[in-house]
Amino acid sequence: MGKYLLRRLAINVILVAIAASLAYMLAATTMNPRAAYEGRQPPVPEAVIDATLDAYNLNDKTPVLVRYATWAKGVVTGDFGKTWNGGSVNGEMGRRIMVSLRLLLIGTLLGFALGVVLGAVSAVKQYKFSDRLIGVSSFVIMAIPVFVLATLLAIATYNLNRGLGFTLIEYTGEYNPRLSGWDQFVNRLNHLILPTISLSLGSIAFYSRIQRNMMLDVLGQDFVRTAMAKGLRRRTALTKHALRTALIPSATYFAFAFGTMFTGATFTEKIFAWHGMGAWLVDSINQNDVNSVAAVTFFAAVCILFASFLSDLLVAALDPRVRVS
Amino acid sequence: MRSKVVFRRLLRNNQARYGFVALVLLVGLAYVGPFFGAYDWTDKDFLSFLSPPGGDHWWGTTSIGQDMYAVTLRGMQKSIIIGLLVALISTGLAAVVGAFAGYFGGWVDRVLMWGVDLLLVLPSFLVIAIISPRLREGTWLWFVALLAAFSWMITSRVVRSMTLSLREREYVLAAVYMGIPRWKIIFRHIVPNLSSLLIIDATLNVSGAIIGEAALSFFGFGIQPPDVSLGTLIATGSGNATGYPWLFAFPAGLLVALVLSVNLIGDGLRDALDPGSNT
Repeated sequence: MGKYLLRRLAINVILVAIAASLAYMLAATTMNPRAAYEGRQPPVPEAVIDATLDAYNLNDKTPVLVRYATWAKGVVTGDFGKTWNGGSVNGEMGRRIMVSLRLLLIGTLLGFALGVVLGAVSAVKQYKFSDRLIGVSSFVIMAIPVFVLATLLAIATYNLNRGLGFTLIEYTGEYNPRLSGWDQFVNRLNHLILPTISLSLGSIAFYSRIQRNMMLDVLGQDFVRTAMAKGLRRRTALTKHALRTALIPSATYFAFAFGTMFTGATFTEKIFAWHGMGAWLVDSINQNDVNSVAAVTFFAAVCILFASFLSDLLVAALDPRVRVS
Repeated sequence: MRSKVVFRRLLRNNQARYGFVALVLLVGLAYVGPFFGAYDWTDKDFLSFLSPPGGDHWWGTTSIGQDMYAVTLRGMQKSIIIGLLVALISTGLAAVVGAFAGYFGGWVDRVLMWGVDLLLVLPSFLVIAIISPRLREGTWLWFVALLAAFSWMITSRVVRSMTLSLREREYVLAAVYMGIPRWKIIFRHIVPNLSSLLIIDATLNVSGAIIGEAALSFFGFGIQPPDVSLGTLIATGSGNATGYPWLFAFPAGLLVALVLSVNLIGDGLRDALDPGSNT
C-alpha cells in the first residue's frame, strides 16, 4: 500500500510540474505584459519599461527558456513570482483562496447534503408525485448553464429589491466595508445568499439524480429486506442500511467536487463580483498576467490530483469490496 | 433487427418524443426562421437602437440597431453546428483511443492512458482561453477542434475498460485466428459493439459542447466578433439584462431549450439502448 501511494504521489508531482510548465510556456509565449505599460500617458521610456519587466521576470526580450528557468527556480522554493504590476503572486493567491473558501464551502456542503436527501426521498417514493417533481426540476436545472442561472437570480433580486424599495438581498460583492462587528457579519451572510443558491442548485440536481439511481439499486437488495425482517423500523432500515451503502458514488463525486471547488466557481465569482481563485483565472488572462496564470494552473492541477486521491481513499473507506481486492 | 426494436422503444418513450419534437422545432427555427424575418443579421437599423420587441423588430433591437430575431437565430445556427461537430469529433476520438488502448494493451495502452491523464490535468479552460482569441484570422473551426480536444478523455477511459472485456469474446478471437489485421478487428468488431455507449455519449456531448461554447464565449474567449453565437449574445445581454431584458431573454431561453431537448433525447436513447440501466 505504502509503495503504491508513493508511486502515485511521484506520478502526480510529475503531472503537476508538466501542467504548470506548459501553462507557463503557453502564457509566456502568447501574452504581452508590455502592452499595459506601452499605452500609458505620458509615455514611459522603453528602458524604464524593460527594467520594470525585468524585475518582474516578464520581459519578452529575455528568451522564454531563461524566463522559464527563473520562474521554475522560484516555484521550487515556493515563490510564484510577481503579478504584472509588481504585486506578490503568493500574497494574492493566499487572499483569493480564502475568498473562494468563504464563498464556496457552504454552497458545496449544502449542495451535497440537500442533493443526497432529495435523491433518497425520490427513490423511496418512486413514481409518486414528489419523485416526478424532483426528477423534472433537476432535469430542467441541469440544462441551465450557471451563467444564465446566476444572471436570472441577479435580475430577480434586483426587481425584488426595487419592488420593496430597499435592499433585502445583496447581489454583488463580498461585504460592505463601511460596516463593522456584528452588522458586518450579517452583511457578509447576506452577500452569500445569492452565490450560494446559484452554486448549490446545480449540484443539488446532480447529486439527487445519482443518489436516486443508487438508492433504487440498493432498495431491492437482500440486506435491506433482511434489516426490515429482523424487526427494524422502515425508517431505520432505510437510513442505516440502504442510504449508507448507496452513498458511495455520490461521496466520490463529492470528494472530487470538494477538491475542484476553488477553481470551479469562475462564473459565480465573476457574475457576483467576488475576487476568488476562479475569477482570478479570467482576470489574469485578460491582464496578460503570465505569472498569475501559471500559479492558478498550478493550484488547479494540485487540487484536481488531490481530489482524485481523496475520492480513491473515500471509496476504500466506504466500500469493503475495494479494500479486500 | 435490433435497430428496429430500439427505434420502437425510443418512439414509445415520452421524454425522447418531446425532445425530438422540440429539437426539430428549434433547428427549424434556426435555419428556416431567418427567411421570414424582415431583416438580415448583418443589417443595422439606425432609426431604432435598443427598441423593445414589437411589430417591426419582433424580438427588439440591440444597442447598435441589429435585429435581435435575426442575430439570435444566426447565433443559434452557430451553436448547433458547433455542438454537433464537437460531439462527433470527441466521441470518435474517444472510441478510437479507448479501443486501441484496451485492445493492444502493453505500451500502447500505457502511452495513450498517460496522454489521457495529462489532458485531464491540463487546464482546458486556460488553454482554450489563451489560444482561441489569438486565432482571429483563423476560422471558428479551430475553436471546434479545441473544444473537442478537451472533451473526450473520460469516455475513452470507459471505452478502454469495456474493450478489455470484449477482447476475450469468441467472435473477436475467431477473427484473430482468421488472420484479420488487428486494426480492422477494432473497427469491425470492437467499436460496433460499443455503439450504444457511443451513441448516448455523442448525444450528451452535443449539449455539453453547446454549453461549453457558450461558457467560453461568455468571457469573450470563444466565438469572436463580428460572428455571433448564443454565448456571445448572452454575454452582451446579461450585462444590462435588468434594463433591456429582451437582449438576454431570447438567447438564454433558446440555449436552455436547446440543451434541454438534446438531454431529453439522450436520456430516452439511454433507456431504449440499455434497458437494464435506470439512469
